[in-house]
Amino acid sequence: MSVHLPVLQVVVPLLAAPLCAFLRNARAAAIVAVLASWTALAIALSLLGDVMSAGVISYAIGDWAPPIGIEYRVDIVNAWVLVIVATIASAVAPYMITSVEDEVERRRIPLFYAAYLLCLCGLLGIAITGDVFNVFVFLEISSLSAYALIAMGTRRRALTAAFRYLIMGSVGATFIVIGIGLLYVMTGSLNMADLAVLLPEVWDSRTVKVAYGFLGVGFCLKLALFPLHLWLPNAYAFAPSSVTAFMASTATKVAVYMLLRFFLTIFGAPFSFGVMALDRVLLPLALVAIVSMSLVAIFQVDVKRLLAYSSVAQIGYMILGLSFASVTGLTATLLHLFNHALMKGALFMALGCVVYRIGSVHIDAMAGLGRRMPFTMAAFVVGGLSLVGVPLTVGFVSKWFLILGALERGWWPVAVIVLLTSVLALVYVWRVVEAAYFRPYEGDEGDEGAGEAPWSLLAPTWVLVGANLYFGMNAVRTAQVAERAAEVLMTGVGP
Amino acid sequence: MRLDFFVSQYNYWVVIFLMMVGFYILISRGNLIKKIVGLNVFQTAVFMLYISMGKITGGTPPILVDGGHGGGEAAEQVMYSNPLPHVLILTAIVVGIATTSVGLALAVRIKEAYGTIEEDEINRIEAETEAGE
Amino acid sequence: MLWLSLAVPVVGAAAIVLLRQSPNAREAASLVTAGALFTIVLQVYAAVSEGGRPSVVLAEPIPGIPLALEAEPLGVLFALVASFLWIVTTMYSIGYMRGHHEKNQTRFYLFFAFAIASVMGVAFAGNLFTLFVFYELLSLTTFPLVTHAGTDKAKRAGRVYLGILFGTSIAFQLLAIVWTYAITGTLDFQDGGILNGRAAGAVVPVLLGLYVFGIGKAAVMPFHRWLPAAMVAPTPVSALLHAVAVVKAGVFAVLKVAVYVFGIDFLGASGASVWLMWVAAATIILGSLVAFTKDNLKARLAYSTVSQLSYVVLGAMLANSWGVIGSGMHIAMHAFGKITLFFCAGAIMVAAHKSEVSQLGGLGRKMPVTFAAFFIGTLSIVGLPPTGGSWSKWFLGLGSLEAGQVGLVAVLMVSSLLSLAYLMEIPLKGFFGKAEAEVGGHEGHMHQPGGHDDDGDHGRHGEDSHDAHGHYHRAPAWSLVAIVTTAAACLALFLYPEPFYRLMSMVAGP
Repeated sequence: MSVHLPVLQVVVPLLAAPLCAFLRNARAAAIVAVLASWTALAIALSLLGDVMSAGVISYAIGDWAPPIGIEYRVDIVNAWVLVIVATIASAVAPYMITSVEDEVERRRIPLFYAAYLLCLCGLLGIAITGDVFNVFVFLEISSLSAYALIAMGTRRRALTAAFRYLIMGSVGATFIVIGIGLLYVMTGSLNMADLAVLLPEVWDSRTVKVAYGFLGVGFCLKLALFPLHLWLPNAYAFAPSSVTAFMASTATKVAVYMLLRFFLTIFGAPFSFGVMALDRVLLPLALVAIVSMSLVAIFQVDVKRLLAYSSVAQIGYMILGLSFASVTGLTATLLHLFNHALMKGALFMALGCVVYRIGSVHIDAMAGLGRRMPFTMAAFVVGGLSLVGVPLTVGFVSKWFLILGALERGWWPVAVIVLLTSVLALVYVWRVVEAAYFRPYEGDEGDEGAGEAPWSLLAPTWVLVGANLYFGMNAVRTAQVAERAAEVLMTGVGP
Repeated sequence: MRLDFFVSQYNYWVVIFLMMVGFYILISRGNLIKKIVGLNVFQTAVFMLYISMGKITGGTPPILVDGGHGGGEAAEQVMYSNPLPHVLILTAIVVGIATTSVGLALAVRIKEAYGTIEEDEINRIEAETEAGE
Repeated sequence: MLWLSLAVPVVGAAAIVLLRQSPNAREAASLVTAGALFTIVLQVYAAVSEGGRPSVVLAEPIPGIPLALEAEPLGVLFALVASFLWIVTTMYSIGYMRGHHEKNQTRFYLFFAFAIASVMGVAFAGNLFTLFVFYELLSLTTFPLVTHAGTDKAKRAGRVYLGILFGTSIAFQLLAIVWTYAITGTLDFQDGGILNGRAAGAVVPVLLGLYVFGIGKAAVMPFHRWLPAAMVAPTPVSALLHAVAVVKAGVFAVLKVAVYVFGIDFLGASGASVWLMWVAAATIILGSLVAFTKDNLKARLAYSTVSQLSYVVLGAMLANSWGVIGSGMHIAMHAFGKITLFFCAGAIMVAAHKSEVSQLGGLGRKMPVTFAAFFIGTLSIVGLPPTGGSWSKWFLGLGSLEAGQVGLVAVLMVSSLLSLAYLMEIPLKGFFGKAEAEVGGHEGHMHQPGGHDDDGDHGRHGEDSHDAHGHYHRAPAWSLVAIVTTAAACLALFLYPEPFYRLMSMVAGP
């Protein structure tokens, strides 16, 4: 059984999805979704354990030996990403039960869970596969289901947001297909490990460089790197709360993983940094993203959108780590993948609690919530502190490695920018805190729906909040994994 | 640039032309349906790229000639087109259809919600509702 | 044993919340916690004075950088002062908060306990990272105390408070810490300094500057604005936190960085600290001058604190043994002096509802104990015998001479004269000034019940009977006990500065 874990990682949610659709019962579908998510987490954790102790796992789909057949190849990097995605899914899935009943039409709920599971399947698939075309297929599975999920938001603007995401996402995916096609032209292979061996012979070819460019633009669209982030704020702001929590913590992270996998494992660090000067291209983009998007976030009145802009800024931090072209920088990137997933998951879930009670996340509507929803807002505060990078939260750990990476390169102005933008993050988190704790409640006197959120929402939220604190206080394990993963990425394909 | 270079690579020129046409429609048109059409043209261009690069001049369809026993010298000497890109594009076409249908479904819902599928009008309505909030 | 110094206040905080229904039990819990904490610190003191260095690792957030506590003489000195004064302040608070009819008293005691736990963390921090963590925690836990009144003014002040403290610590201090780590590969405090021999050239003064300005709690100009802003807090908070715990955590951190990260020999030899000496000197003089212009008593004391804090920074920047000894002793001496002054200011506010210096005429004859204590506190701040403050000034003067900075000795003299002038005005007015007409007494009546005026601190007397007629009211007995205790301590420290001196000479080395 354990031999088949890599394929089960994808197959379990894939089969659970139609099951949900057929069940036609909201509760039953919810239970299937939760169980599938938890199973995925168990598989991901056991894969990570195996990889840590025994090295790379290669699994040939249908016993067709790679490079002809499709290979699922688990090394420490994607085992890490699998754990991130599955962790968030496991926390969000139980949260969905209550949240979705509130926000989605009842007859659509089983289909909602089916779409969610397909999205999960797609994201896990992208992470686990060792075949570049397979990446595209899973990418589209996850994207298409994501469009559907976003469109289920309560307000009609969810529809236009989903449509815009669909257009930009499809263009991005198509760019990626072009890149993959050009790689195939040059090498005749679609297997990642095989490509990594074959590509160095044709480094000089213009086709390879063009392929690199297409892939780069495609990935940056998908991971919402400034200035290709335009789809993200609305999509996150108008999607159902649980979808935002799930997508914000996973989708962009997996896109970052794709970028790392293609550019570092397949093309190789020497090509990316030596020939293509990837670091010099990404550094300014990342810095502009961090600074400008943090500033934009400060002026948002819709808190969900505020956090969405903050996400674009945070993605900048991940790309910044990559642009250091060093193990420390990549460690920061990989840590931030995990850490940012934890904090944004917690924050968006806390906002979901607010939506459940208040029906709005406008900053004025949140006035005085600190007293009415103490646990929800406390969760928001911890998540916010983590976002700022206060010590003992996970945010600090990522910032630490990021600054260390910058100083290692001797780029102390970059370190200063990272620190100053933390202060910007403090400002936008502070605006919400101030509204919640220092302004009187302005809702109806009737008091309806102004109490604390139900525990079925709070418990999953606090699981993530707890993770924020736990991994902030004990980052030894996570830092170790991230560091080893960074080494794997920098040195190319292992044995 | 010599003419025969241009001619021998004509498949790429077609692909690039189609791609640009699709991309232009995607960007310049405000009508959501037209955007989807543009996206389709854009994607189709990529399908063409894949299919044309699998084709080898004089190549036969990739079908075994010796009655299915496989292998052997005879099979090695037959020049056949690479089947893999075609198979990949079969998948990509399915994906494209799915994307198109999701996009069209969204367009229908948008029409129901806003009463229009023109982007500028939608933007106007959204701006108005936002101001009204 | 060390971790108890964190655990006891936290447990105490829990007890405070559990006992919130009964104010007497709640405050008893506060007192017991404070007493227990002081006992623990005394134990640590005993261990350290015998040459021990008890330590404990709490967690390891980043590989190689644990969250660790380690007691060394300087930290013990700070912890002794803070934990002892917590007992006194708790007594004082009981009188003050009740006499003043403050709202949300449970929250007040709760965050006070948390703040003290953070202070203990700062005092016993075993490395720069731990210091930074508790430093930030201290900012966070004191924030609800600063904004206790909940008025717009308090909120604005809170924003300044958190903005400056977080801003400087994230932008400068954290950068300096990571930079130090990048250079040395460690963040542990070590005798002789970790940068010694590892860094050279322009990096050293820049790094030191990042630390000094990054530790915003040291209130070195131009990052001092948060301290006057924090004066909107209830007086016990101003007294313990903004004269002792928080600000001393700042200068303590500066001193600790100078001694254990740079090493005084290294600093002295490299000359990296000379420019910061003059920044500190400028803060000393400017702070005193601004204090002169303030009529509000607490604001005047706040600027006096800004000025006095830079004495400690100056001592650290002198980078010689006398400077360090003077610096450390000033942490203790100024703490006792300034807390006395704040206690008195609070007592005056509760009893007579006076907050401006100009209103104090003749009040000393009604409140002789309070004003006598204020007089003693003033002597200690100025540095005149027979008070403890004279010792720290003495050693700082010695340090300046040894560093060859005669100019600094002049600065010390001038600022002493200035502080004598702006502080002595108050007891003199109290004892010999002419009692004011009813104008001052009525000032309080203009406020709405429960509302707050400029000081954020002496509203809410509409509901009290004494306001209807006279404007004088006895200072609460609990508060008087506290005032007398700290004033007596100022005198006692002149005769017995021994424990503090011993601890500091262990730090400064032979």
